[in-house]
Amino acid sequence: MVKKTKSLNLNFGPQHPAAHGVLRLILELDGEVVEKADPHIGLLHRGTEKLIEQKTYTQALPYFDRLDYVAPMNQEHAFALAAEKLLKIEVPIRAKYIRVIFCEIGRILSHILNVTTQALDVGALTPSLWGFEERETLMTFYERASGSRLHANYFRTGGVHQDIPIKLVDDIEKFCKSFPKIIDDLESLLTDNRIFKQRNVEIGVVSKQEALDHSFSGVMLRGSGVPWDLRRSQPYEIYNELDFRIPIGKNGDCYDRYLCRIEEMRESVKIILQCIERLPKGPVKSVDGKISPPNRDDLKQSMEALIHHFKLFTEGYRVPKGDVYTAVEAPKGEFGVYLISDGSNKPYRCKIRAPGFSHLQAMDYLIRGHMLADVPAVLGSLDIVFGEVDR
Amino acid sequence: MIDILKKLEIYLNSELSVKIRNSIIENNELLIEVDQKDLIQVVQFLKSDEKCKFRQLIDIAGVDYPSDENRFELVYLFLSHENNNRIKLSTKFKIDQIINSITKIFPSANWMEREVFDMYGIKFKNHPDLRRILTDYGFKGHPLRKDFPLTGFNEVRYSEKEKKVIYEPVKLEQNYRNFDFESPWEGTSYLKEIKKKEKDGKKN
Repeated sequence: MVKKTKSLNLNFGPQHPAAHGVLRLILELDGEVVEKADPHIGLLHRGTEKLIEQKTYTQALPYFDRLDYVAPMNQEHAFALAAEKLLKIEVPIRAKYIRVIFCEIGRILSHILNVTTQALDVGALTPSLWGFEERETLMTFYERASGSRLHANYFRTGGVHQDIPIKLVDDIEKFCKSFPKIIDDLESLLTDNRIFKQRNVEIGVVSKQEALDHSFSGVMLRGSGVPWDLRRSQPYEIYNELDFRIPIGKNGDCYDRYLCRIEEMRESVKIILQCIERLPKGPVKSVDGKISPPNRDDLKQSMEALIHHFKLFTEGYRVPKGDVYTAVEAPKGEFGVYLISDGSNKPYRCKIRAPGFSHLQAMDYLIRGHMLADVPAVLGSLDIVFGEVDR
Repeated sequence: MIDILKKLEIYLNSELSVKIRNSIIENNELLIEVDQKDLIQVVQFLKSDEKCKFRQLIDIAGVDYPSDENRFELVYLFLSHENNNRIKLSTKFKIDQIINSITKIFPSANWMEREVFDMYGIKFKNHPDLRRILTDYGFKGHPLRKDFPLTGFNEVRYSEKEKKVIYEPVKLEQNYRNFDFESPWEGTSYLKEIKKKEKDGKKN
């Protein structure tokens, strides 16, 4: 006699601590085994792309802080690069170094959050307590450079908003010297931890081909053994001059992705140290007065500077006609901006390519056949932030 | 980099000849324009051809040009890991046309096409699950169309009286004001270049 079973529909989220935001996941369960997952997204949709069409290029930039709010400056970077490519302007060398330093800080910020909260989802509380302390230190660096912890609005078209104080450079260096020890501590809690391994090894396995088919990027792709990193393969800023390795995984499971993130943090520290060592002197934004605003001092002295300031913050600058796609290696994967300009001071269309969108899409295929308890583990290792998924 | 793109452009033009309407290299990026009925074949070719190997679909972007006869444009962005290059594929079509879905070739197109459907109301043929994705349940209209107002039509709030979330028409204390700051402010070199080009174009 065959026992008839009825599948059970379970609503996971939108208010659930392991949903990493506002994800509504409708699960079809057969006993404890997931048969189908249907993610409902858009609960944090703010219409960023629509809003950007109504704003000047300067005003559009802060919206990028609010996408992946865990590593804000990496997002700004993609938009700044897109506008610069259309304007055909060069960024001063010092600004490039500062950008790289803060991009890598952003990467560490994001990876700490992901690694520790994923551990939290599978039952380890301590790593998140240790990790968040470091995050706070890093966010004070953000604050000292840009004036705010999260919504930095620091990478402007043509460079960065302000120069960073020497003391800050020293403090970042000090942090980089001490941080590897913290990674070791985190690893001592997790890497060989029996429970952590039981929950992550061979869970959510992605093969190379599937990773490509599902438009994966970043750690999701590298965890499956594809050596692809935009910092290396399509280098922007000064990444081609820096010495760093690209960690890749072997099995493509949650555990390998965790290991990749840990290694990437170590590499980021190396990159920051190299940048600090070489940090050149000079201007930090384009010297073209029609694109980057004048200094505060000049404003009091020069009529021309005053006019430029006024025009830049009302009308903004015009960007030549054309379309361009630029992508950066954000902590979560390839973050791209497809920008169409009609020659006016506002973008005609700005499509944001968020890595998390493609990753979450694969949730159904990743979780099928797994147990209900694996859902948070897989979701955690996808590194989803709803700011960027919903836009 | 630009040489590789030029070679690719020539190769694609010779292989797909009539299917390609137009191809340009601008800002170091190759854009090819195809007719919407050839879309599937071209995408399949780009993915499977030995010289192209565009195995990853990065994104699908819809664009709205209300004044054009072919109102909508879809831009497909592809990436080839093997050859380390990118390509943009665009197709323009009228408002009521139904586009072939490429989900069979790229499974990841599923949500991307859903997003385009949600934002622009473009319908896809043979799509497994064409539902709205980012907007609210029961949402009306397509927000990224240029004729959709920025403020939208409805707003939500929790009603203490009815003890539930209710939808109401948008009420603003002050209408949304869109200041047009654009002025014929001159001085930048590229503006002069644009004007010069326009003048030269008129002469010819």
